[in-house]
Amino acid sequence: MLVSLNWLKNYVDISGISIEDLAERITKSGIEVDGIHYIAEESKGLVVGYVESCEQHPNADKLNLCQVDVGEETLQIICGAPNIKQGQKVIVAKPGGVLPGNFKIKKVKLRGIESNGMICSLQEIGINEKYVPKDVADGIFVLPEDTVVGEDIEPLMNLNDAVLEFDLTPNRADCLSMLGVAYEVAAVLDKEVNLPDYSVATTNDHAKNYISVDVESPELNPYYGAFIIKDVQVKQSPLWLRNYLMAAGVRPINNVVDITNYVLFEYGQPLHAFDYDHLDSKKIVVRQARENEKMTTLDDVERTLTSQDLLITDGEKPIALAGVMGGANTEVNENTTTVLLEAAYFDPYTVRKTVNKTGLRSEASTRFEKGVDPNRVKEAGLRACLMLKDYADGEVLEGAVEFDKLDRSSKKVMMNQKEINKRLGTDLTTKEIEDILRKLGFDYKQVDIEFEVSIPTRRGDISIFEDMLEEVARIYGYDHLPYTLPKGASKPGALTERQNLKRKIKQFLQGVGLSETITYSLTNKDYIDKLISPEIKILNPKPARVALPMTEDHYYLRLSLLPEMLKSMAYNIARKQTNLAFYEMGTIFVTDEEKITKQPNERLRLSGAITGHWMNHEWQQEKKSVDFYVIKGIIESLFSYLDVEVDYKRLKHPDLHPGRSAMISLDESTIGFIGQVHPSMEKAFDLKETYVFDLDMEQVLEAYEHIPSFSHIPRYPAIARDVAFVLDESVPANEVQRLIEELGSPVIKDVHVFDLYMGDNLPDGKKSVAYNLIYQDPHKTLKDEEVDQSFREIIEKVNEQFDAYVRS
Amino acid sequence: MKEQLQSIHQEAIEKIKKSDSAKHLQELKVAYLGKKGSITSVLRGMGKLSKEERPVIGDIANKVRESITHTIESKKDELDRHALEKKLEAESIDVTLPGRPVETGGPHLLTKIIEEIENLFIGMGYEVREGPEVETDYYNFEALNLPKNHPARDMQDTFYLTPDLLLRTHTSPVQARTMHKYGGQQPVRMICPGIVYRRDDDDATHSHQFTQIEGLYVDKNVRMSDLKGTLDVFAKKMFGEDREIRLRPSFFPFTEPSVEMDISCKVCRGEGCSVCKNTGWIEILGAGMVHPKVLSMAGYDPEIYTGFAFGMGPDRIAMLKYGVNDIRQFYMNDVRFLQQYHKA
Repeated sequence: MLVSLNWLKNYVDISGISIEDLAERITKSGIEVDGIHYIAEESKGLVVGYVESCEQHPNADKLNLCQVDVGEETLQIICGAPNIKQGQKVIVAKPGGVLPGNFKIKKVKLRGIESNGMICSLQEIGINEKYVPKDVADGIFVLPEDTVVGEDIEPLMNLNDAVLEFDLTPNRADCLSMLGVAYEVAAVLDKEVNLPDYSVATTNDHAKNYISVDVESPELNPYYGAFIIKDVQVKQSPLWLRNYLMAAGVRPINNVVDITNYVLFEYGQPLHAFDYDHLDSKKIVVRQARENEKMTTLDDVERTLTSQDLLITDGEKPIALAGVMGGANTEVNENTTTVLLEAAYFDPYTVRKTVNKTGLRSEASTRFEKGVDPNRVKEAGLRACLMLKDYADGEVLEGAVEFDKLDRSSKKVMMNQKEINKRLGTDLTTKEIEDILRKLGFDYKQVDIEFEVSIPTRRGDISIFEDMLEEVARIYGYDHLPYTLPKGASKPGALTERQNLKRKIKQFLQGVGLSETITYSLTNKDYIDKLISPEIKILNPKPARVALPMTEDHYYLRLSLLPEMLKSMAYNIARKQTNLAFYEMGTIFVTDEEKITKQPNERLRLSGAITGHWMNHEWQQEKKSVDFYVIKGIIESLFSYLDVEVDYKRLKHPDLHPGRSAMISLDESTIGFIGQVHPSMEKAFDLKETYVFDLDMEQVLEAYEHIPSFSHIPRYPAIARDVAFVLDESVPANEVQRLIEELGSPVIKDVHVFDLYMGDNLPDGKKSVAYNLIYQDPHKTLKDEEVDQSFREIIEKVNEQFDAYVRS
Repeated sequence: MKEQLQSIHQEAIEKIKKSDSAKHLQELKVAYLGKKGSITSVLRGMGKLSKEERPVIGDIANKVRESITHTIESKKDELDRHALEKKLEAESIDVTLPGRPVETGGPHLLTKIIEEIENLFIGMGYEVREGPEVETDYYNFEALNLPKNHPARDMQDTFYLTPDLLLRTHTSPVQARTMHKYGGQQPVRMICPGIVYRRDDDDATHSHQFTQIEGLYVDKNVRMSDLKGTLDVFAKKMFGEDREIRLRPSFFPFTEPSVEMDISCKVCRGEGCSVCKNTGWIEILGAGMVHPKVLSMAGYDPEIYTGFAFGMGPDRIAMLKYGVNDIRQFYMNDVRFLQQYHKA
């Protein structure tokens, strides 16, 4: 809502306060002033001129040589505007004057003839092109004939006006009108509101002789008032009216339309003017549209309607889409002489539905959608009648023809001083509360500390005690509320074990070199089925998607964090950042429903990806590119940090390198994978060798045990044995290790691989894996014989089971 | 003999002090203290001495021996020390060359902000709660006093999956769920951080995905001044003790009265600048007293229980606090951006 201060002054006294202060006080009491705009930049030396003569420039076809009377003198001005004529009153910038943009007016010679000033268009004096009426957009602005020659243009054209831009919250529809704003400003500044005049002298002829009104759906249209104005002269509106409309951001059209717009802004009540002579039958019938009924609206678009739309008809054909837009067939034009003026209350929800369907949101529909003030509907109609009489030379017929089932009663809200103070934490006296109600202009009855407040119908947003609490608080001033802290018993706050563990895992990964990313949950069709972990795949997930995506890129709810992470990697690599190590903890959305009907299973994942150099110490020429064992090392240390035992098995996955990928399991249950991204996928993403991991955090967090049991620091010495087995290349090293551990239990404390060899001295297809075995008994010193016996047994069994032999 | 011993002593000490190698010292040791050394040879003449003189000379001889031994040892130590120093000096490296890097990662800036806010409210006795990102219409809207067709729903353009399922537009449904869970019986003190979604075109100031933290405090006798005090504590801890807060009336369907909180602009200290759009204030969060309908829908009697709620955007806070100028930065994951916030 744009609020012209010059216009506002008609209803409330705002003298003695600066524009900035006013904006600040309005903002602080609840309506955010988003900006202060000035109609035009400062100009100087603009006066009304009278074109005494206008002849073609002797040396230029397109220029006119004019003699212009500006009061104390007559200036010779050369003007190129196509619409300049002798006898016009025009805007003249005199020599020495300044136009917006610091454009100084000087005497000049144009094609050999002196020009002493400039005849101006509206744009030239600084009015926003958007609001300049179309008929004068390409030429100079012609002032009304009764304008006084030599008069200062600035006040005349409202150039000194400032406009406050309100950013209204949806509840404050009352401030979609100058009167609503006046009440608000009056409350803030403690002033009175001056209401406009709407008493209109009518003819003896009665409107009911011209029209009847019938409403078929009273609940959708509880009030319809039709006024008839005869002998209307459609012409330009008075200058002040046009100026106000331009300040409010509306382009003037003609007096009839301008007056309905003016009253719309003044009262917040949209009105509609029909050309009475174009009504086929002389009755107004308001009804719901028939399915697929068609009508052509003012914008010349044919609309197909449904029974949800409300129509104004002339008994035969639709003449307006109620509250939204008039029909082309009854539009007021320069030949109109009799106007039927509609002032109505339409059901907000019905208007809203039609607007949402047709996209026809307008100043009028915006107000109907939010509900207009039932007590101002008719008043606004009368106000427009008065103006049509005054500014369109119309004859207003007596009486409005009405359908009226409108509830105009005001709501009552009870409140008491004690409760107000208890809720706000204040110490307001009843006197202070009375004062606030008086400023707001709310009537009330008071008994002791109890107030019964009658809520004016303009304030449709107030219906309960808490609403009034806000009114009291905001007029009292949020600034004046004390600062306190809740008095309730305090209890300690803490993260849950799960939340704590999530933080620890993040910190761990950061410590080992991974940077946290946050990627989008909504992904594209291409990505949605990529890199899904086996334990998710087995659930047969169906991609869930939003009904109306903003772009194809953000359409499906992800089933893996990895594709978007790889995309981020590619983004970095394209910017020459080639060593990357990322992780992310985030949600995937699993459903097996083809058409989703219930909330998907949201599972927390921990995913990561690394590419480029893992270690790089330049001046020592130490470099190491990432490989499978780097990412495996990270995951192993993570699980060791969590003290959760997991197992790795080779994994075949279409999106992973077939030979460099492993499935991770925990107690027989798959919890994720690690591996190299399939080279063809790497290529598609424009990535070099990239390794990823993806874990089901739900299972990991579940497996974590909060308090590890204490085990004694061993007091007895450990004995080590080394052995290298020659194995088939396909034998997984960890299977051998598992067997060793099993056989050595309970005195084997640790087994680990310390060497891998393939090549010379070994048969083709064989590898040598060397294990270091640590024996230690917590209760006694082991004897060499015991260890030797176990060691021999292990070698024997491994050889047997894996077709291995000991490498000497 | 006494004079002889004393002159040997003097000579030995001088030679030892001048010695410059362990080998030479060893030679001196043999020369003076050895079986064929000069002291021994002097003492051979002991037999000629009287019974009274013998112990006196013996004593002197022992003292001379001790003194020489001691001097040799300390000289040896000194030489060892010099040798070591020399060796270590030769091992010198350029300590100004860069070390072997230990690459560390770090948290995302939004995580940093969220954890900072979490910690702050945990300190004030709040719990942290989480909830689903795909929500039902009921918890996202209806339970928050936003019935179907409420015009205020237009304030939040929503990604619907079905007419009843949507991507949550705020984390308030977690509040609704928590209140429902506590069923009107116990006080609520919680904050709920998380990812939320709005149907917006991505640009410098809009993102279809962003983060939010909302808070809720429900108990008996909670006052609006408690909200003001709590927000003041938060703002000062989060943005600095010198920052002022300002509350302005606003509108949210789930609170009444509703407020928006501004903090004084750090850049211009209230004078007005481009950061605060010449107002001296920067909008930080929305808040208010929990609407009685929201309380009663969750089973709390609004005659007995009152409460306040607040909500803020870590993205926006990060942008203000660190001067990030484009919200898309948070989701592009450009390492040059991420690493800026890996510092302690």
